[in-house]
Amino acid sequence: MNLNFYAIASIYRFEMARMRRTLFQSIATPVISTSLYFIVFGAAIGSRIAEIDGVGYGSFIVPGLIMLMLLTESISNASFGIHMPRFTGTIFEVLSAPISFVEVIAGYVGAAATKSVILGATILMTASLFVDIHIAHPFWMLLFLVLTSVSFSLFGFILGIWADGFEKLQIVPALIITPLAFLGGSFYSISMLPPFWQTVTLFNPVVYLISGFRWSFYDNADVSVALSLSMTCVFLCICLVIIWWIFRTGYKLRT
Amino acid sequence: MQDSAGTPIIRVEGLGKTYADGFEALKNINLDVYSGEIFALLGPNGAGKTTLINIICGITRPSGGRITVDGRDIIRDFRHTRSMIGLVPQELSTDMFESVWSTVSFSRGLFGRPADPQHIEKILRSLSLWNKKDSKIMTLSGGMKRRVLIAKALAHEPRILFLDEPTAGVDVELRKDMWQIVRDLRESGVTIILTTHYIEEAEMIADRIGVINHGEIIRVQEKHELMQELGRKQLVVHLHAPLARVPDSLESYALELADNGTRLVYTYETRAERTGITALLQQISDAGIRFHDIETSESSLEEIFVGLVKQVVPPASAVARGEVR
Repeated sequence: MNLNFYAIASIYRFEMARMRRTLFQSIATPVISTSLYFIVFGAAIGSRIAEIDGVGYGSFIVPGLIMLMLLTESISNASFGIHMPRFTGTIFEVLSAPISFVEVIAGYVGAAATKSVILGATILMTASLFVDIHIAHPFWMLLFLVLTSVSFSLFGFILGIWADGFEKLQIVPALIITPLAFLGGSFYSISMLPPFWQTVTLFNPVVYLISGFRWSFYDNADVSVALSLSMTCVFLCICLVIIWWIFRTGYKLRT
Repeated sequence: MQDSAGTPIIRVEGLGKTYADGFEALKNINLDVYSGEIFALLGPNGAGKTTLINIICGITRPSGGRITVDGRDIIRDFRHTRSMIGLVPQELSTDMFESVWSTVSFSRGLFGRPADPQHIEKILRSLSLWNKKDSKIMTLSGGMKRRVLIAKALAHEPRILFLDEPTAGVDVELRKDMWQIVRDLRESGVTIILTTHYIEEAEMIADRIGVINHGEIIRVQEKHELMQELGRKQLVVHLHAPLARVPDSLESYALELADNGTRLVYTYETRAERTGITALLQQISDAGIRFHDIETSESSLEEIFVGLVKQVVPPASAVARGEVR
């Protein structure tokens, strides 16, 4: 395929420049939120909770917290990145450029995923100031971090095209993703749930992400690692197919 | 100038566009645009001008027909055709928080060209934007934003430039600057297609005029030919004393009385071999009517345009004439 690499680089640089302009919003806000979680759940309440699977509670919630921030910020960054040009009308330039959906995705989603990985690393460093962190499988940790960032940035890109206004951009992360992350084992092991709710929880796709990510830290998982990885890849592929369809049909992009 | 005998740089064949709600925006459009010309597309609001441009640029999907740019299909060879085209949209759609330099550089990269600071500088200087290069777009005036959009469209050195209402909402001074920019671009070999509400704009700078109405092209012609063919002249005779009615001896000239009978107005075809002016003036004198002044006026492109779009159904002969195939 004859790719327009200059276009990919232009979109990527443009989006990263937007992150630099909104550094406080992009990085500082999630870091402060995470620090608050550690103060409340790690130090204040966590000290009274017993270890889970041999891991102190403060350390146990680190992967879940990173995943929680990663999901919401990936969606938020990618959806805003593509929704803003639609809102201001500058999308005409992207639509009239000699590029296919591959370049558009590589640019917008690549930048959003990069921001998420930076954010994940920042939160990890912040967490290390509060609790002891041991990463059992660094390669797999990085792989889950990148795959999750890319998958949910793709999802955010879809959301940014689907949404008719900024309100809808906020609704999905706030009303769907955050509850799924909270109920997907961010702050507990699903083995602590009654059997019925364990089964119900398995329908929550975020469970697999958190479980796999936590395994890469502490070698303990609620579901098998292979299943976690497969589910992540399936979600990524579904998002890619939807985006391919959007560009093929021009859904909400081309009249 | 255009090479009407050569291969068109843009060829539109049987183009149609029907929106999902059933509205037929374009109906069987056939049009050729030649390399190096300034082509003005005139039409009232909702005539289909922007839809046509958007389809050629790849923003809107056609319902039927075929378009080639530089001999290549705009859908199959979109990378080649789109890289040749620059578009200045009607709306002032800009990245408000970006600087002029970065947004123009972004456009160049987006269209597949490597960074070239010298070229960007040249464009910004030619558009009087150089001293604003580090300014955020949100701080610029409407006219300056319009220039930024032109700079963005030129950043990748296109061979074809679409200007959709380029002077809408800009002051007279800036409008003249824009016209000069357009002329300079044409001199550098860029083919320009512009839509405008200001008919005098087309009259001043266009080589050819296309008139579109209700989604149909009703006329495409060299500007001067169009004005000569459809233009009319009027001879106004200023009388010493008012007349109550036109004398019977002058009935064959279909004269009109104006200004309470103090002026006789004679309308004649510019193309006619004999205008009848000499004979008319002689017969006025013979009728004992004294006059102290005469003046002539020519219909403007605007009057021709208004006359054309008033036709509900264009005559088939008009569609088949000129460059409309």
